[in-house]
Amino acid sequence: MKAKYEMLFTGAGGQGVILCSIILAEAAFLTGKNVAQSQSYGPEARGGLCRAELVIDEAKIVYPKVTHADFLLALTQASLDKYGPGVPADAMIVMDSSLQAPENLGSGNVVALPILYTASKVVGNVLTANIVSAGAIDALLGIAPGALLEQAMRMHIPWGTEAMNLLALGEGSKLGAAARRAARQ
Amino acid sequence: MAEGRRLLLHGNEAVVEGALAAGMRFFAGYPITPSTEIAERCALRLPQVGGRFIQMEDELASMAAVIGASVVGVKAMTATSGPGFSLMQENIGYAALAEIPCVIVDVQRAGPSTGMPTSPSQGDYMQARWGTHGDHPIIVISPSSAQEAYFETIRAFTLSERLRVPVILLMDETVGHLREGVELLDASEAAASDRLARDDAEQAEKPYAVLPGEYVPRLSPFGQGALYNITGLIHDDRGFPTSSKEAADRLCRRIMEKIAMNAGEIERYESRHMEDAQVCVVSFGGTARAVQAAVDAARGDGIRVGLFRPITVWPFPEAALGRICGRVRDIVVAELNGGQMKMEVERVAAGRCRVHHLGRVNGAILTPGEILAAIREVAG
Repeated sequence: MKAKYEMLFTGAGGQGVILCSIILAEAAFLTGKNVAQSQSYGPEARGGLCRAELVIDEAKIVYPKVTHADFLLALTQASLDKYGPGVPADAMIVMDSSLQAPENLGSGNVVALPILYTASKVVGNVLTANIVSAGAIDALLGIAPGALLEQAMRMHIPWGTEAMNLLALGEGSKLGAAARRAARQ
Repeated sequence: MAEGRRLLLHGNEAVVEGALAAGMRFFAGYPITPSTEIAERCALRLPQVGGRFIQMEDELASMAAVIGASVVGVKAMTATSGPGFSLMQENIGYAALAEIPCVIVDVQRAGPSTGMPTSPSQGDYMQARWGTHGDHPIIVISPSSAQEAYFETIRAFTLSERLRVPVILLMDETVGHLREGVELLDASEAAASDRLARDDAEQAEKPYAVLPGEYVPRLSPFGQGALYNITGLIHDDRGFPTSSKEAADRLCRRIMEKIAMNAGEIERYESRHMEDAQVCVVSFGGTARAVQAAVDAARGDGIRVGLFRPITVWPFPEAALGRICGRVRDIVVAELNGGQMKMEVERVAAGRCRVHHLGRVNGAILTPGEILAAIREVAG
């Protein structure tokens, strides 16, 4: 990861991409880095495009929004189609493997991961897709050690959901680690 | 929750922590996007420190409850956004005239009316100053980061308590919902000033009389000591309504003078790269972060540009800006509204330099790239 790393998290309202960005922000913060996390969303509680932004920097952050995305997470076709073409050529795009990559993606560095499948079929609850994502992204990028990521997650999930979310985090981490190994080969 | 000295908080959460550090022990409000997390965190945190949280039926009642709590000596706060801020205005005027300390947080969203609830704006700048009727004193502070929201909330309580004036914390959605690291103070370090009170024979007879050389009455907490009258009508030193022109003149001038006489303590601004600047960008709140990034980039290109950022946005820092107006060739005012602070800047500039405007009224924010383009155009 570069000293300053700018990330976009996109999906549908209700998928939890904002929480995914908050957990990764907290994890990076626990490692001692500066972070700025924000989000934009419509007035609807579910559905609609949802986008979260995270800037991680070793230096003080002046402008807290993303201007040059190094990373894009897309969990829906609509969000991939909307934000995929605009990312710089050196950005990493992580998309759910159920999506079709449009031809005009800004970057060819695309990692397709079965995030939604893993959440619904392996963990057993599609609502954990954001935690699977957080585990996968951290394994791919090395934002924080696993123990700090788990600590960050525990700070932000509802009481009583720890076991399910720990499973989701672990399964996501496996996905990310496998993709990282594949990219190196 | 305060054991960690440095926490990741968003601006709204930082406001609550700042308020608690300042001694706020009462919050009444009606949740509204994008201020809702302030009410939520107060509901969680106030009972932990022996305080009270009340969700009221609307914003008129919220403001009334805050006034009631403050009158008996409790540091009190409410939080809202545009539509609710409009409803609070009548009681804010009451607090201004009756000299009841209170802190009102307005997390601005795009308006007018119910507007765009989740979109940022700085369209309440003039309303924060002139939203309630009549000539009245008010202090308005606009932070640009979560950390500054924390410290400025503490300062808002100090100013409100010391001067017995409503203080508006004018947030915008950009800062309210921005998560950043926030350094928290120990309770002893934070200690906001308390209001001065007295309980003696003269206070009992003339509660609104001020001591020689002072501008703020030392009202005792209501219910302690002698009973006295509080009213939104123009009143005399006894606190009772009067139609005396002399008494009215004395009161109406004094409540404005208490702000003017403490301007040095109230005023706060940030000035960057202004030493040799030919162009100055004036901005406040969250927008100033984009301006700072643009100014830094323009400096890298050799453009002599600086930033002037009022933190206390009312009273407007006219002396400090006035000195800049005499030195620079151009000023660009960057704000998320149709030109509200620009009017103040033009008034201060009084033709001494050119004043340009970079505004936005569509619920989007200004980016460093757009501001840099404006700087380049003006710098020629």
